[in-house]
Amino acid sequence: MDIMGIISGIMSSYGLVMSFAVVGVVMWISYGISKLTKGRIHGSAIAIVLGLVLAFIGGITTGGSKGLSDVSLFSGLGVMGGSMLRDFAIISTAFGARLEEIKKSGLPGILSLFIGVVLAFIIGVVFAFIFGYTDVASMTTIGAGAVTFIVGPVTGAAVGASSDVVAISIAIGVIKSIVVMIATPVLAKPLRLNNPKAAMIYGGLMGTTSGTAAGLAATDARLVPYGAMTATFYTGLGCLLCPSVLYLAMTMLF
Amino acid sequence: MVVYGLALLAGCMFLGLFCGDVLGVITGVNSNVGGVGFAMLALILISGKLMKEGKLSEKAQEGISFWSAMYIPIVVAMTACQDVASAITGGGVLAIIAGIVAVVIPLLLVPVLQKLGKPSDPLPPIEQD
Repeated sequence: MDIMGIISGIMSSYGLVMSFAVVGVVMWISYGISKLTKGRIHGSAIAIVLGLVLAFIGGITTGGSKGLSDVSLFSGLGVMGGSMLRDFAIISTAFGARLEEIKKSGLPGILSLFIGVVLAFIIGVVFAFIFGYTDVASMTTIGAGAVTFIVGPVTGAAVGASSDVVAISIAIGVIKSIVVMIATPVLAKPLRLNNPKAAMIYGGLMGTTSGTAAGLAATDARLVPYGAMTATFYTGLGCLLCPSVLYLAMTMLF
Repeated sequence: MVVYGLALLAGCMFLGLFCGDVLGVITGVNSNVGGVGFAMLALILISGKLMKEGKLSEKAQEGISFWSAMYIPIVVAMTACQDVASAITGGGVLAIIAGIVAVVIPLLLVPVLQKLGKPSDPLPPIEQD
């Protein structure tokens, strides 16, 4: 009797249930480590870093693009962490958020969205130029990648960038999102990221919903709804500005 | 019933995604523009009104709270599905440096923009559970 075969068969056909068990174990280990640091490092921050490490291992061993969920045993992680349940859970965090707090950050929130998108774009363009990508389509696409890893390929397709440039733009966006996840809880204190308004400004400046969502969760879960709300508008604004206004500005400059 | 909360949440999600898609078509972006954000606003407004009228039962609220408590585990599952390997190995030095700088500089602006408009009070401290 192939006991291992039976077990792995159950694990892969009940993928979503399996993912609850896997994530439960990851959370338990992470909060255990957090206790060892006397709570100085938040348990969810450790869980997120562990998740990234697992994604790296999964990606290296399978050569796939979906991290650990490319390993068939762990395919359910793709459902649990996929956009449907993720967005459902993000929306649910708005329950209990205070409308007065959102109104308070109306103007700085909107301002942060525009500054965030344009600033990230400029940073991307500057580095593209330094690394020898001097044609307008490539610079625009790499700049858009620094906005988010969704805006990069959307812009690349619109301005006709080559596929290796699109790949770089996606890589920049993914690195940005990873850095946001790790850097946010570390820098939260000096940046006074401890109130709803700061979280909304932060979401608008950083965008990258996945990074912001994870970064704020690791800082203080009560800030998540405020940051996530502006962050979700960021990608939309990026998709709107990069292939149009910002691309036009690039053609005029170069 | 618990499922009433989930139904409300689902309704808000569809309403928001619909607004986002329509806005995407109008602006010619061909993708969803801020759908999740609209859905969050809808949930805040609708649940706030229902709570005020006493129409959202304890059980229904639990249905929504469950998903908001599942948020961090779901985010952990999401991070485990990111394409970390090819971002680090395939994007090269350009991707890594640009990705880091694109985080650090905007982060420094968080305290600057905070000075605009009405101040917001820090949340009270809580014990980690």
